[in-house]
Amino acid sequence: MTIEVRNEQTGFETRENFRTTIMKLDRPGDPSVFGQSVRADAQAIIARYPAGQSRSALLPMLHLVQSEQGYVTPDGIAFCADVLDLTKAQVAAVATFYTMYKREPTGEFLVSVCRNTLCGLLGGDEIYAALTEALRIGMNETTADGKITLEHAECLAACDYAPVVTVNYEFYDNQTVESATDLVDRLRAGERPAPTRGAPLCTFKQIERQIAGFFDETSLAADANGSGVPTERGIRLAVERGDTAPSYATKPQPSAASGAGTSAPAKSAADQPSAAAAQQPTSEHDAPLDTAASDPAHPAKPEGQKD
Amino acid sequence: MPLTPVLTKRFGTNQPWLIDNYEQLDGYAGLRKALTMEPDALIALVKDSNLRGRGGAGFPTGMKWQFIPQNDGNPHYVVINADEGEPGTCRDLPLMMNDPHSMIEGIVIACYAVRANHAFVYIRGEAVHAIRRVSGAVAEAYAKGYLGTDVLGSGFTVDITVHGGAGAYICGEETALLDSLEGKRGQPRLKPPFPATNGLYDAPTVVNNVGTLASVPYIVLGGAEWFKEMGPEGSPGPCIYSLSGRVTNPGQYEAPMGSTLRELLELAGGMSRGKQLKFWTPGGSSTPMFTQEHLDIALDFDAAIKAGSMNGTSAVMIFDEDDCVVRATLKWIEFYEHESCGKCTPCREGNYWMAQVLERLEHGHGTMEDLETLLDASDNILGRSFCALGDGAASPVMSSLKYFRDEYVRHVEGKGCPFGARVLVGAAGH
Repeated sequence: MTIEVRNEQTGFETRENFRTTIMKLDRPGDPSVFGQSVRADAQAIIARYPAGQSRSALLPMLHLVQSEQGYVTPDGIAFCADVLDLTKAQVAAVATFYTMYKREPTGEFLVSVCRNTLCGLLGGDEIYAALTEALRIGMNETTADGKITLEHAECLAACDYAPVVTVNYEFYDNQTVESATDLVDRLRAGERPAPTRGAPLCTFKQIERQIAGFFDETSLAADANGSGVPTERGIRLAVERGDTAPSYATKPQPSAASGAGTSAPAKSAADQPSAAAAQQPTSEHDAPLDTAASDPAHPAKPEGQKD
Repeated sequence: MPLTPVLTKRFGTNQPWLIDNYEQLDGYAGLRKALTMEPDALIALVKDSNLRGRGGAGFPTGMKWQFIPQNDGNPHYVVINADEGEPGTCRDLPLMMNDPHSMIEGIVIACYAVRANHAFVYIRGEAVHAIRRVSGAVAEAYAKGYLGTDVLGSGFTVDITVHGGAGAYICGEETALLDSLEGKRGQPRLKPPFPATNGLYDAPTVVNNVGTLASVPYIVLGGAEWFKEMGPEGSPGPCIYSLSGRVTNPGQYEAPMGSTLRELLELAGGMSRGKQLKFWTPGGSSTPMFTQEHLDIALDFDAAIKAGSMNGTSAVMIFDEDDCVVRATLKWIEFYEHESCGKCTPCREGNYWMAQVLERLEHGHGTMEDLETLLDASDNILGRSFCALGDGAASPVMSSLKYFRDEYVRHVEGKGCPFGARVLVGAAGH
């Protein structure tokens, strides 16, 4: 994710590490644009850390600033400095270090395409190129309607679902040029296609508030899907093959005198993944199972609770 | 080789991230047992189990815990490194998204063992669904009395703070993570002193990976001998191998430490395009790549090092004969160039130049001298930077040149990539 800049005189592209670039601070910044409720949120963040360690609140507070303004503004820097008793230079130095703090107003949806080696070779490079064509924008640029900001990202930790795209950091797995183009078309048309894994899509500002650590019942999305076929491949195959880890439920206690601990581990029902896990369809939405893989004898739901 | 699901055993069951469901599947049984034990006995148990850190380095966990000075009157902290971002690594996120309570249970046990009353889970900022799940799980655990004051009536108090990062791979390095958690630029600290004595807020601190702590409740329940029934004695336990790339069924396969790629590939249905295996990483891009000839190397912390690589994060990225190793290496070096924190000159400048050399090689403008330049630059990065990021960057360059020098030469002599030029410039010229 190097920032590529064409040198006017030589015509060559020069490479610039974003961590060495500076924040565009065109004005001193006014902390008072953040009202009482944001100040209360800032205090709630500070309270998560031990007394006297308020600076730990800086990273979440910069996310909070983005949840209000869509990027790290001069006002946001002044606000963090004000609340945490830091200099603006100290705050800006931190803000410029991290990729997720944006230098320019960010669109309603931040579309990130993984172009690291694995996703890149499996199609991520083509997907990114196609999106720049479709949206007529490049790295860290935003469509004129303010809907979409595009970036190519480093490894998003979903390599078993490669190639991946995230929208406001929710996963859209196993993408193709066609599916990714369709995704941004739908976003621009005002739709909010459901992510493969993650909660229902919200706006960039709303997701930044979550990253700052503010959740309510809706944004916690307890029912949202966090799994998929690759995640469950190993456990399903284990059930199919009848493989289990050594049991610890019925294993005799190791005894120095008898050497019982060296005997072959016994398989116990309690440790065997449920055959039900294999029979269920692979989950598109956390396919509910009646019993747990490790405990077929007991329903996974609390007693008395029904689906 | 049988699969040995332990950490992944709840995947695919009914909403395993909810505390009621977790409790039904042995959930918090390990904690209940741990609270009846002396803290020192817990440290000894984890030491006996030979549990080694799942974050990549494989440092013995029990030893890390033992390093925490006791009765020193200072606060102690436990910090969980959930800043997963090593290329190829996709193991901690699914674990937190599906079974966050196993990590939380492990955290409470670790805090009890090292006499810490506050733990911080530093989750990669982009991993928003993991932040969501862990935050929800922490709230549930407070409500049920597993967190807060007087945990389960034991008199022990512990708090967990979930902390989202902001996009910097370097924060997976434990001292950079601590600086970041203190609200600073995430740059590594000089060691010694180590976090065990001078960690978060200069206090004694244990920094453990997600999978490491999630393993602890099972060790408490099963005992050290049970844990050592899986894998080799010196590097035991179940290991979640994350298979990705040119494999028919990519995914998470939990098998005993010391499994081989031949065994794993068989489980995962073989190569995806019917092509020959060409190169692969045993544990992320920072571990030197392996080839066909390493199919039977045992993938555990010790054996992988003996064979010239590392088990790392057990992130097995698989590439076949149609994948260009120069292009793969270029993309990895672009990653290290982007993620270098800039503190150490060899890493900051070395990756900057290596990316350019690799780029011209891939696009047909390279010379034979460039191959020596790459080796020279790698040699000047390796061992000459504060942290392992620099060493990691040297890995793909040195190992690809070791095994595939011919392919680099073909790029020079053929004035371009033998796998075909790829012009992927978008409309806006970016």
